[in-house]
Amino acid sequence: MARAVSLRRKSLTTAAAWLFGFLIFFPILWMVLASFKTELEAFSTPPKFLFFDWTIENYGIVQERSDYLRFATNSIILAVGSTLVSLVFAVPAAWAMAFSPGKRTKDLLLWMLSTKMMPPVGALIPIYLLFRDGGLLDTRVGLIAVLFLLDLPIIVWLLYTYFKEIPGEILEASRMDGATLWREIVYVLTPMAVPGIASTVLLNIILAWNEAFWTLNLTTSDAAPLTVFIASYSSPEGLFWAKLSAASTMAIAPIMVLGWFSQRQLVRGLTFGAVK
Amino acid sequence: MATRQTRAAARAAVAPSVLVLFLWMIVPLGMTIYFSLLRYNLLDPGNESFIGFLNYEYFLTDPAFLAAFGNSLKLVGAVLAISVVGGILFALLLDQPFFGRGIVRLMVIAPFFVMPTVSALVWKNLLMHPVSGLFAWIAKSFGLEPIDWFADAPLTAVSLIVAWQWLPFATLILLTAIQSLDEEQKEAAEMDGTPPVSFFFYIVLPHLARAITVVILIETIFLLNVFAEILVTTNGGAATNIPFLVYAQALLQFDIGGASAGGIVAVILANIVAFFLVRMIGRNLEA
Repeated sequence: MARAVSLRRKSLTTAAAWLFGFLIFFPILWMVLASFKTELEAFSTPPKFLFFDWTIENYGIVQERSDYLRFATNSIILAVGSTLVSLVFAVPAAWAMAFSPGKRTKDLLLWMLSTKMMPPVGALIPIYLLFRDGGLLDTRVGLIAVLFLLDLPIIVWLLYTYFKEIPGEILEASRMDGATLWREIVYVLTPMAVPGIASTVLLNIILAWNEAFWTLNLTTSDAAPLTVFIASYSSPEGLFWAKLSAASTMAIAPIMVLGWFSQRQLVRGLTFGAVK
Repeated sequence: MATRQTRAAARAAVAPSVLVLFLWMIVPLGMTIYFSLLRYNLLDPGNESFIGFLNYEYFLTDPAFLAAFGNSLKLVGAVLAISVVGGILFALLLDQPFFGRGIVRLMVIAPFFVMPTVSALVWKNLLMHPVSGLFAWIAKSFGLEPIDWFADAPLTAVSLIVAWQWLPFATLILLTAIQSLDEEQKEAAEMDGTPPVSFFFYIVLPHLARAITVVILIETIFLLNVFAEILVTTNGGAATNIPFLVYAQALLQFDIGGASAGGIVAVILANIVAFFLVRMIGRNLEA
């Protein structure tokens, strides 16, 4: 930042950057605005930008008619549940790989990553049939199991990169002091690992919340999360723009807030540490 | 530092993850390969018979496959072109000093957090509707004929929606990469009076090469699997790509054998991309 930048140039960049940011953000803004319009105004030509009769009735109607809360509850249970199950598996694995690496640790990590690259249509048919025969279609348990397997490689990978940053000497010192393995994990490692685990959890909840292949194919109503709830608005009879907008706003708002908090981790998480 | 005891503990700690992922990978894949060799229709249960590679022959020679394959490639190509070129330009812009960086950054990254079904339906209706959509109004204001996106250019429409979701991703990653460019190098170039264009082509672009490759590979893997956006906008039609074709064959036509063959074709295509990505990340792991 040592370079001197003229105020004129900075003003120009400011204008350009804000214009670009606004254009990218506009569809979301437009959707939020539409959610406060009446159906008639949402549909009107020329479009109404700010001067319309603001109303919040759409939000009430969406909840009343299609039970938004039930889908939202499912979204929360699926995203949080699958993340927690993954953590139980991933924390020990990442810990072992980071602090006691063997010859094949690197290959193992890459192999885990490669399971992520398997296209879901390659597994859709057997999973669908197994779920049908096992009574798991449209159940939360079934979907948590699938999301858990989708999450696991990313969680192991992220935790591994975070754990790697913890100096191994500290662990050695605690071991010299006679700490058992269990104490070492609980009292020494965990406190240092909390920030890494927290950002991993955050990123993963976002990904699980927005997952739309398996949720659309394996659920219909009982276990259906918000992705499926919104998809139900694609039928022609459901085409009420203001209500679609209200439902959409409610479906993305919680995760948008989480996402904004975790944008730093996003780069690292989504590139598997290849760009930091 | 690794005693035999910690070695054993480490192995026990890794084993559960490896085991579940191994099963997750091998069981469905094995079953898909097995199904792909059968004549197997859900409407005709109990009559499964082994037919060798006939399903592959049908799937690969079906004109619908070629169309879907073409659509998959066009979708991936269009979204990559928009998000990478746009991402570089916008990352350069956002790297400049300006007022309100934090807020602009939040606005730019926002679309990435929108679930696919929401972005698809909001774009399809509020923006791209041929009569009441905002784009139609803009076109009419300029005296142009509004485009009926999903009737006349469904694949372009889907590509635009998906590009909107992925442009923020590319911008964010390339911005992170640009910001790691050595400040002294910038100053040196400035002192030498390097024109901005050569500065970009000789210093910035080579510096970004790696990040660009990462963006291309990761996006390709996700873009080959685009499904929800097509399901809720056109429900297939002229925008059908390979995942959607396999889905339709299996869950709408109940042809398990044929769909499985399609699934295996999709796996092979994805693996070609994955091969390069894994090698690249592996190289990074050593560094």
